[in-house]
Parts: sequence; structure tokens; C-alpha cells
Amino acid sequence: MVLISALFVQAFQMALVVLLAPLLTGLIRKVKARLLRRQGPSLIQPYRDLLRLLRKEAVVAENASWLFRVAPYLIFATTWVAAAVIPTFATGLIFSWTADLIAIVALLGSARFLLALAGMDVGTSFGGIGSSREAMIATLAEPSMLLIIFTLALVAGSTQLSTIAGFMSSPEVGLRVSLAIALVALVMVAIAENARIPVDNPATHLELTMVHEAMVLEYSGRHLAMIELAASLKLLLYISLIVCIFVPWKLAAPETGPTAYLAGLVVYLTKLIVGGALLALFETSIAKMRVFRVPEFLGAALMLALLATLLRFVSRSL
Amino acid sequence: MPMLSNFIRTDRLIEAHQPWPRIVVDADAWISLAEALRDGHLTLLGLWGERNSVYMALLDEVDGAVCVASLEGLEGAYPSVARHHPPALRLERTVRDLTGLEPRGLPDTRPWLDHRRWDIRFPLGEKTLRSSEAAPYEFLPATGESLHQIPVGPVHAGIIEPGHFRFTANGEAVVRLEERLGYVHKGIEALMVGADLDKALQLAGRTSGDSTVAYAYAFSRAVEAAFGLEIPGRAVWLRALMAELERLANHLGDIGAICNDAAFSLMLAHCGVLRERVLRVADIAFGHRLMRDRIAPGGVVANLEDNGITALRELLAEIRRRFPALIELYDNTASLQDRTVGTGRLVPELARQYGAGGYVGRASGRDFDARRALRYLPYGELAFDVPVLHEGDVNARVWVRIREVESSLSLVEQILDRLPAGPVRIDIPENGEVREGMAMVEGFRGDVLVWLRLAGNTVERCHLRDPSWFQWPLLEAVIEGNIVADFPLCNKSFNCSYSGHDL
Repeated sequence: MVLISALFVQAFQMALVVLLAPLLTGLIRKVKARLLRRQGPSLIQPYRDLLRLLRKEAVVAENASWLFRVAPYLIFATTWVAAAVIPTFATGLIFSWTADLIAIVALLGSARFLLALAGMDVGTSFGGIGSSREAMIATLAEPSMLLIIFTLALVAGSTQLSTIAGFMSSPEVGLRVSLAIALVALVMVAIAENARIPVDNPATHLELTMVHEAMVLEYSGRHLAMIELAASLKLLLYISLIVCIFVPWKLAAPETGPTAYLAGLVVYLTKLIVGGALLALFETSIAKMRVFRVPEFLGAALMLALLATLLRFVSRSL
Repeated sequence: MPMLSNFIRTDRLIEAHQPWPRIVVDADAWISLAEALRDGHLTLLGLWGERNSVYMALLDEVDGAVCVASLEGLEGAYPSVARHHPPALRLERTVRDLTGLEPRGLPDTRPWLDHRRWDIRFPLGEKTLRSSEAAPYEFLPATGESLHQIPVGPVHAGIIEPGHFRFTANGEAVVRLEERLGYVHKGIEALMVGADLDKALQLAGRTSGDSTVAYAYAFSRAVEAAFGLEIPGRAVWLRALMAELERLANHLGDIGAICNDAAFSLMLAHCGVLRERVLRVADIAFGHRLMRDRIAPGGVVANLEDNGITALRELLAEIRRRFPALIELYDNTASLQDRTVGTGRLVPELARQYGAGGYVGRASGRDFDARRALRYLPYGELAFDVPVLHEGDVNARVWVRIREVESSLSLVEQILDRLPAGPVRIDIPENGEVREGMAMVEGFRGDVLVWLRLAGNTVERCHLRDPSWFQWPLLEAVIEGNIVADFPLCNKSFNCSYSGHDL
């Protein structure tokens, strides 16, 4: 009985993230449009777009290899797995033993690796530009992410997300400078990883300035749908990760019954809405930076993360 | 020392050419004019040809004198100007494509507008049929270690006009950019041949959609100059009013669009609202949002009624209320300034050499505005500033636009205050003499030049020269040493016309 309910909760979480992800994208687009005094597309437009893409024929370049066809599914699968194990509304899910931060970073890294390969596969210059820029961003974003994880692990004594979330919601966490710095660094990494302004512009039509979009220019139909859904999922994943670590309120503990799960769910949705709205507000108020400023931006994230780690070595209370 | 007046000798003057003189020169004088261009004594305004003759419009910036020099009775070739003065290069390649005249000594003999996709050759010369088969086009080489090419366009991801850009880059740094244009060649100049004035006016107004007022304005003034007509005072002022509204709408749109290319869509949204207001008021005042076909030879087609004046005054008040906040936003957004300041710098020497008009020239220290330099009516009676900056970067081009919006607002107000009453159109007389007329009008992008020869009320030859002819080549120069990702920003700050250039 316990096993069945645990399986059910896990399945619900898996379905939840994949179903919510387009809605979050729609919400951010809507908030941005309203901030620009536009009506904006409806909240469920991303679902319609995905359905439309799924119904359309997938046009594949003549010289595309098997990798080009397989990559979208692998990217989607790895991102989905990563998103499914993050404690969103409840901790201690049945798969939570895999919800290790390092494993999540590795899953996302594989997705990125596949996307960069797919970008170069057809051999168009835009795909190449996108992949090379993506690699440049990754070389700085991934070490920053690992340093942030070290900080968290040093504070909470584990890289297990459920444990970290449990620790962070307990009174013993207190006010720590290192955690504040890690939060700032994590937000910066999240912006870069999700190709948001000021690092990349998800809404641009200018081929020469694209990073993420340049890699997927050759995709169409169901392949593009997979990639778009994976991108939405990744955004949801990062916002969930940030709220799970830094605002782990009302996360339902294992086997606490439907009421706690429901409360956790409502609070999680609220957190997503707030997170999405803040992102939209931030993106509206800033211009995109020059490509060569991105290393400086991510370098700052890396330094902050390093500082947070070092602070933990200097003093146990910081 | 004024150079041009030395060349103008009465014995070679063509009487029928108005309002500026046209002189017929021999090959030696032609070459010495080309050398004067090279040495910077004169500025090239345009170069065009027909079956047996080739024309060159020149400006002496010292005293503002304008003159057309022509070589006549040619047999298939003439001495190239581009050999001495590079800004003439694309113009001469076009002369070659359209008329078949061979510029002797032309440094670059590749075709320009003719992509071998038309089923005729030399539409303005000895027309010959041929099978349309696209020929390969050799791009200029760039050699070096780790250089790679990025072909962009002619089909772009956004809804913009078609043009091909071939980048040679080293990683992100651009080593060379070469443009290839001509994809929207509509054959306007060939269609003009034999057209009556009504049809020719329509064609002129469709050369470049965003400058339709400027083109109709220049075309009408060229026709009136040829006939020596004086049009009613109210029409003169209404034309300037339309020209300023067009400038306002385009500049507002551009300021927002440049910021949007740096992913700062807030400016685009707010500027877009203001631009839309201008277009709606233009619709109320003149019955068409873009004021297309409202100016015609002899005056204007649409009169301005009281409701239009009220709408225009409200528009002025609204823009004056809201525009300063947008300038503040532009100037105080550090992330945006970081993109625009120092990006895509055009050195003043190039702007002067190419005679770059509009904001491109004025942001790089070229103090030229056809409204002021040629003092055509009613601008001779109006007070306005011509902003000139020297930095030559994207930021400077934005600021020239901002200042021009302010100056256009003041011009619209002055025009409304002083608008005379009376008729708005007179008829064009009908008789069969051959006449030549020329006019230059300051459009939002720069000076639009129209030259025409009429036989009675039929166009024998009409040449329309968009300011973009002298701006496109500069874009190639501006991007060198910048990074690939900054090209859209530089390009938008130039906002050259594809349609006006490709004709």
C-alpha cells in the first residue's frame, strides 16, 4: 500500500512537471507582454504550439545523421528525468535517492552535449556558431554550478536534494552569508543555462545573435516540439531547484497524507508563479549583453560560488 | 574654393534642365570631374545612364552648388568614375547591368543588380532576350588562418527585406563583410520609360515604402522644376507637413527597433505606440496612414481639414509628453548603453567621401541636410536645428534620430501655425516639349534624388536615387573589427532600404 501510494506520488510528480512546463513558459510570455503594454498570447499558447508542431511534418536536412534525429528525444528524456526527481511539492519521493545534485548537473550536461552535437551535425554556419557559443557558456556555467553544490553540501552535509531541503527548512540553518552568495550565483547560472536575457534572447529572430535558437534552427515538427518542451522543462527545473533549496516551505514530508500533498502543491504553484513573474520583470528591464560579456557575467557567478565555498572553510557559522 | 562653378560653362549648358544646370562634357572633363571627386572637392550625388549617355550629379559642399554632368553620344563605353572614386562603384555596376554601357577601367566587373534571373538583358539599353539562369557570383576572398565564412540571407528569420550578407570571420570577430543586393529589383526605372505622369508618380511612391512621401515629394518637385511651375502656397506647406510626419513615424519606429535588437523590447513597445499614433493621425489628416499618393505634381491630393489640425495638435502634445521619458529610459539603461556606445563606428572621412546622407552622415560629422543646404520651400522660411555628432557609433545614430524627432515636432508646429489658406493643386500644362527636371528632398533616411526627362507629359527617363546607395557600402566598413553578434545592431542603426536600392 505504501509502495503503491509512493509510486503514485512519483508518477504524479513526473506528469506534473511535464504538464506544467509549457504553462510556465506561457506565464512568463504573458507577464512580459503585459509589461510591454501588449495583450500577449493566451497562457495555453505553448501547448497549442506543441500540438501544432507534433502534427507537422518533420523536415530533416539531407546530410543529417542519425544523431540529428535521435538527439531531440534524448534531450527531452534526460531533462525530464532530471526535472522529475527534484522535490517540487513533496520530499522523499520513491526516486529521490537519485535526486542527487551532481546527478542532475550530469543529466543536464548530457542534454547540452547532445544539443551542441546536433547543432553542428547538419553543418550550417548558424548551428556551428550556436554550438560554439553554447560551449563557451557551458565551460563557465558548469563549474559555477558544481561550486554552488559544494557549498550546499558543506552546509547541509549531503548532495541529496531531499536532505538539503529538509535541512534548509529546519531552524538550524540560520542566516548564512555563504548561502546568500550561493543563491545569487545559482540565479546567474540559471539565467545563462536557460538562454534568458541578458545572456541570450529566446524571442529573437536575429540569427547572428542567437545561442540556443541557433542550434535548433534546423529542427522542425516533432523534433522541434521535443526540444521546445525540453527547454520549458529545463526552465521549470531551475526555478523548482532554486525554490526547493532556498524556500523549501510546505514541502510535504513522505507519507503525510493527501492534505499535506495538496498544501505542498498549492504552495509550489505559487512559488512558480512568483518565480516566473520575477524572471519576466528582470528580462524586461535589461538589454542583452555582448557575447563577450557573457564570460564576465558567468565569471562573476563562478567567483561568487567560489567565495561561498571558501567562506564555509573559513568559518562554520558563515 | 568652389570647384563646380569652374566647370559650368554656358556654351555647354542644356537650357531645358531645371532648376540646376546640366553640362555636356567630353571624356577629359569627365575624368577631371572624377578626379575632383577623388580629391574631395566635390561630392557624388548620383550616377545613372541610358542607352547612349551617362549622367553624374555633383554637389559642391563649399557653396551648395549642384550640377549634372553628362557624356553623350557614347558607343558602348565611357571612362569609369569608380576607378578614381570608389563610391561610384555600385552605381557603375548598375549602369552596366541596366544599359549595357561599359565603364572603362571599372575595378569590379561583377554584375550588381542583375542576378541573371531576368529574361532580358539591359532593360534600359539594347534589350535582348536571354534565358534566365542564375550565374554563380564570386565573393571577394579573404585568406588567413582559421577564417570561416558565414552566409546570411537573402531569406532571413524575421520579416525583413531580402539581402545576402557574406561574413568572413575569425571566431566572433568579423574580418570582412560583403553585401549582395538586388533581390527586390522591381524594374521601376524601366517601367517609368513611356509612363504618363500619374503612373510614374505611383511608381515613384512605391520605390521604398517607408519613404513614399519623400519619393512622391521629390518626383513632383522634379516635374514642377521641368515645367517651371509654381505651386500654391498651401500645397508647399502641406507637403512639408507630410514629410515631417513620415520622418517622425520612421524615426520613432527606428529608435525602438534598434533597442529591440539589443533585446530591450520595452523601448520598442513604447516607441511603437507613438509611431502608431503618428500613423493614425496621418490617416485622419490625409486619409492614408503612410500618406501614399497624397503628393502629386501640381500640389497635394488631400487637403487638411480642421479635424486633421486638431488631431495633429493633440499628437504633438502627446509625443512631447511621453517622448522625454523614453529618452531618459534609453540614456539611463546601462545595459543598453553598453551595447550602443562604441559599436559600429563610422569614421568621418568615409562619411564625407561617400557623401552619406541622413543620420548616417550626421552621426559622423557630415553636416548636410538637403532641407537646409538646398533651402527648398517652405524649409527656407522655417527655423530648425540639424543635429550633427562626431562619434559615429550606434549611439550617435540613435541620438541624431532623437534630436530629429524633436526638430520635426517643432517643424510640424511651425507649419500648423503658419499654414496659408487657398487652393492645393494646379494642373500640369499639356504640351509636347522635351524638358528635364531634378529635385532633392530630405527623406527620413537621407536625401532622395529624382532626375527625369519628360516629353510632354510622358516620362522618357526617370532616375530615382535612394540615400541607401551611399550607406550600404559604409555598413561593410563599419562592421569590420566588430563581432558577428553586433551586426544586427549596426545594421538596424543604418536601416538602409533594400527596395529603394534595388529599385
